[in-house]
Amino acid sequence: MSIIFEKSVPDRKGVTLPACDVPKTRQIPEIYRRKKDASLCELSELDVVRHFTALSRKNYGVDTNFYPLGSCTMKYNPKITEKIAALEGFSQLHPLLPQLRRGGMLTQGALAVLYELETLLCEILGMDAFTVHPMAGAHGELTGMMLIAAYHRDKGSRKTEILIPDEAHGTNPSSAAIAGFTVRSVPTNTDTGMLDLVALESMIGEQTAGIMMTNPNTLGLFNFQIEKIAALAHQYDAQLYYDGANLNAILGKFRPGDADFDVVHVNLHKTFATPHGGGGPGAGPVGVKKHLEPFLPISRITTRPDNTYALNYDFPKSIGYIAPFYGNFAVCLRAYAYILMQGGQGLIEVSENAVLNANYIMHSLKNDFHVPYLKTCMHECVVSAKNQAEHDIHAIDIAKALIDEGFHPPTVYFPLIVKEAMMIEPTETESKETLDAFIGAMKRIAIAAKETPQALRAAPRTTPVGRLDETKAARDMDVCFLG
Amino acid sequence: MSYIANTESQRREMLKVCGVRSIHDLFADIPERLRPKSFSLPQGKSEFEAFAHFEKLAGQNYAHLTCFVGGGFYDHFIPAAVDALASRSEFYTAYTPYQPELSQGTLQAIYEYQTGICRLTGLDVANASLYDGGTALYEACQMAIHATGRRKVIMDGGVNPIYRKMIRSYTANLSIEFVETPVTHGLKASKESNDFDSVTGQSDRKRLFEALDDRTAAVLLQNPNFFGVIDDHSDIVKKAHDLGIIAIQSVYPVALSLLKTPAEQGFDIATGEGQSLGIPLSFGGPYLGFMAAKKALVRKMPGRIAARTVDMSGRSGFVLSLQAREQHIRREKATSNICTNEALCALRAHLYLSLLGKEGLKTVAQLCFDKAHYAKERIKAIPYVKVMESSPTFNEFTVKLPIDAGECVGRMVELGFAAGFPLGRYYEGMENYLLVAVTEKRTKYEIGRLAEALEAVVCQ
Repeated sequence: MSIIFEKSVPDRKGVTLPACDVPKTRQIPEIYRRKKDASLCELSELDVVRHFTALSRKNYGVDTNFYPLGSCTMKYNPKITEKIAALEGFSQLHPLLPQLRRGGMLTQGALAVLYELETLLCEILGMDAFTVHPMAGAHGELTGMMLIAAYHRDKGSRKTEILIPDEAHGTNPSSAAIAGFTVRSVPTNTDTGMLDLVALESMIGEQTAGIMMTNPNTLGLFNFQIEKIAALAHQYDAQLYYDGANLNAILGKFRPGDADFDVVHVNLHKTFATPHGGGGPGAGPVGVKKHLEPFLPISRITTRPDNTYALNYDFPKSIGYIAPFYGNFAVCLRAYAYILMQGGQGLIEVSENAVLNANYIMHSLKNDFHVPYLKTCMHECVVSAKNQAEHDIHAIDIAKALIDEGFHPPTVYFPLIVKEAMMIEPTETESKETLDAFIGAMKRIAIAAKETPQALRAAPRTTPVGRLDETKAARDMDVCFLG
Repeated sequence: MSYIANTESQRREMLKVCGVRSIHDLFADIPERLRPKSFSLPQGKSEFEAFAHFEKLAGQNYAHLTCFVGGGFYDHFIPAAVDALASRSEFYTAYTPYQPELSQGTLQAIYEYQTGICRLTGLDVANASLYDGGTALYEACQMAIHATGRRKVIMDGGVNPIYRKMIRSYTANLSIEFVETPVTHGLKASKESNDFDSVTGQSDRKRLFEALDDRTAAVLLQNPNFFGVIDDHSDIVKKAHDLGIIAIQSVYPVALSLLKTPAEQGFDIATGEGQSLGIPLSFGGPYLGFMAAKKALVRKMPGRIAARTVDMSGRSGFVLSLQAREQHIRREKATSNICTNEALCALRAHLYLSLLGKEGLKTVAQLCFDKAHYAKERIKAIPYVKVMESSPTFNEFTVKLPIDAGECVGRMVELGFAAGFPLGRYYEGMENYLLVAVTEKRTKYEIGRLAEALEAVVCQ
């Protein structure tokens, strides 16, 4: 399919703009003007519509079919929340309005959304205060690390290290490093699939600023020793960070706040059903316990005695601005709508069904694939292509073969500590029929791995392109169309 | 409203396969004493009830005010086709394109978007997106610090004050030295004016040149600057390059269709807020941070980059490339921690640029310029009101009022206008100054009404 710029026809127009209705009094002086026009497309509206419709047909989304991408919580995204976000009272609202004098009164509906979302998240996570400013999960992690740094700085303690389990998502060590910390990786006990407590005890000390945990962890296992870890952390005033990537497993079953976590982030685009958009936008609100609240980013939303909402910037210990305004508002709006529609009981059922679906897949596949930790999993399960690798069929081959079966592959080669890992997260919105179809495909692939491995290596065959040459991509660096 | 498909009898069958009797058994690993101390949430609502609730909330917002507020975030026209195509769920319900065979739509769109950003800025490479214009500028700063091994950054006072605050927050725990230089005075010397205390002009060369030295990693400039002033920073870039400093410009993409490009001025990196390219204001987000750079810096860039390659049969296709820079491979040594970015907003920007096209974007920019200058003339005619104009401006300009700008704007709201942004909020001593933005959406009639209302308010 041609690049859109190749379709361009000189002098063709896609939009008619209103004629200028004011007298033209001045021109931009020549010295400030670009020499040559930017060579953007020249296309009709229909040309553009056809191009992007064709592109969309080369894409696969949750609406296409099952998308069991582990760690990503690819659940169904309700259509009504799109309609809500498009309401003009929200979509056309300028973010500087509430910063005008008495401007808070101009945006009461929007401030209510954010305030109420923060309140609900506090209850869901068991935290004391939330900020909705972080614009993605990793941005929430960075915010959390900045809060921890500010807390220790305020106390005058010099703490330089963050401890992170080796099974953690890559964003964890990256966020901690970018906030200025030294990162140390804590090994996982490979027998239990849990953080190695003995190793943790030997690594923690006065230099430890915090520990980042994902619970359930990326193996899909709930760490029941969390109280011990929290006690150990707090003995050194290290702050315990909860990565909410796997929150979909535990709604109404476990609240990080109750287990003494000090900071959490949640991914609204995972647990609270906002669309992933092909790589964003997301939102990563951060919750804290009381002792960290003074450090939260500004602005914060507070209520006045007359029950109206106001933006408040008067927090002298705050880490300051981390977003231009109030976070990804339209994402927060969708998540708030989703939570209101689910209600407390609905959220509990979300997690129950997500966990049931994951266990159902794991038990249905345990005779066909190696399951490194064959015990009750939470919302996702990790299976391994270790046995298939003996026939030189690897996780990547299975992933590509699944594509030909009509499914999006699971996350492969993660977590890093499991060889040939395939991380499957079905989510609660998938039906038994869909799961059965996926299980059937996996079983057929397991047989093919033994009997016709060559065919699997040639997968996928049903897609617009086959396996792509990534080495060539990195070498040629064709990242901008030059034609 | 539940989106769960399985029925009670299906759940029973599935539990049997799992070898447990009830769903509660699946949560046995969570000790009883760690169960929620409370989980007090409202009862779920139907779709119908929820929509009614949000219609009510939306109605409490003054989105209908005639908007002359900008500050880097503008009320531009968005063609209907942008919404229609970005609403195709093959795009918006997809994940980051890690499986390229299933994501050629997203990947080709990113590649084309990168191309569009390169063509607007004149630079060689662009990434797939960052959160917003502020974080994009911060990431550019980090690139410069890593590329030069230096830890001093010069920020021009014309850079959006919100972005300068953000950069300060992000670097609070890192030892980086900042120097901020104010821009030049915004009123011509004249007999009747004593306004030399107000700084709303171009970048102050003298102070900038004093601040640049061989310990400096980066110099951050903005064009048009926060006061709407147009500049040509070529001389500053040249001086910076002589000292081995990376020059970074934050830009307004609509203006770039007419203005000298960052590349023409010699900049190494350009960043900006892409909201004006077909993304609704939505009370502050989601927006779009874009970044383009010289090719030599590509391996230092943050975020996703799509590249064109071939498949096993030689067919052209697209992948995410140079992933070895990124957090999921490189962990604590990654160039940035960014994972989820603003892909759908980048798609909207690409749609917008494709529809507006070469002439359309220039027309939008010219309309903005012409209407803003008409507004200037109208406002200049109001007694006691001065327009700051020592330098050319694009679609935004500063006005000095005889009264407190915040108070003035408050009264203008009652007359149906969001009349501008009072600068006193970010600039000490500028309580009487108002920043007025005009886009192609504003009509001659609306501008005239604004001037009349402003006159009524200040002359009261």
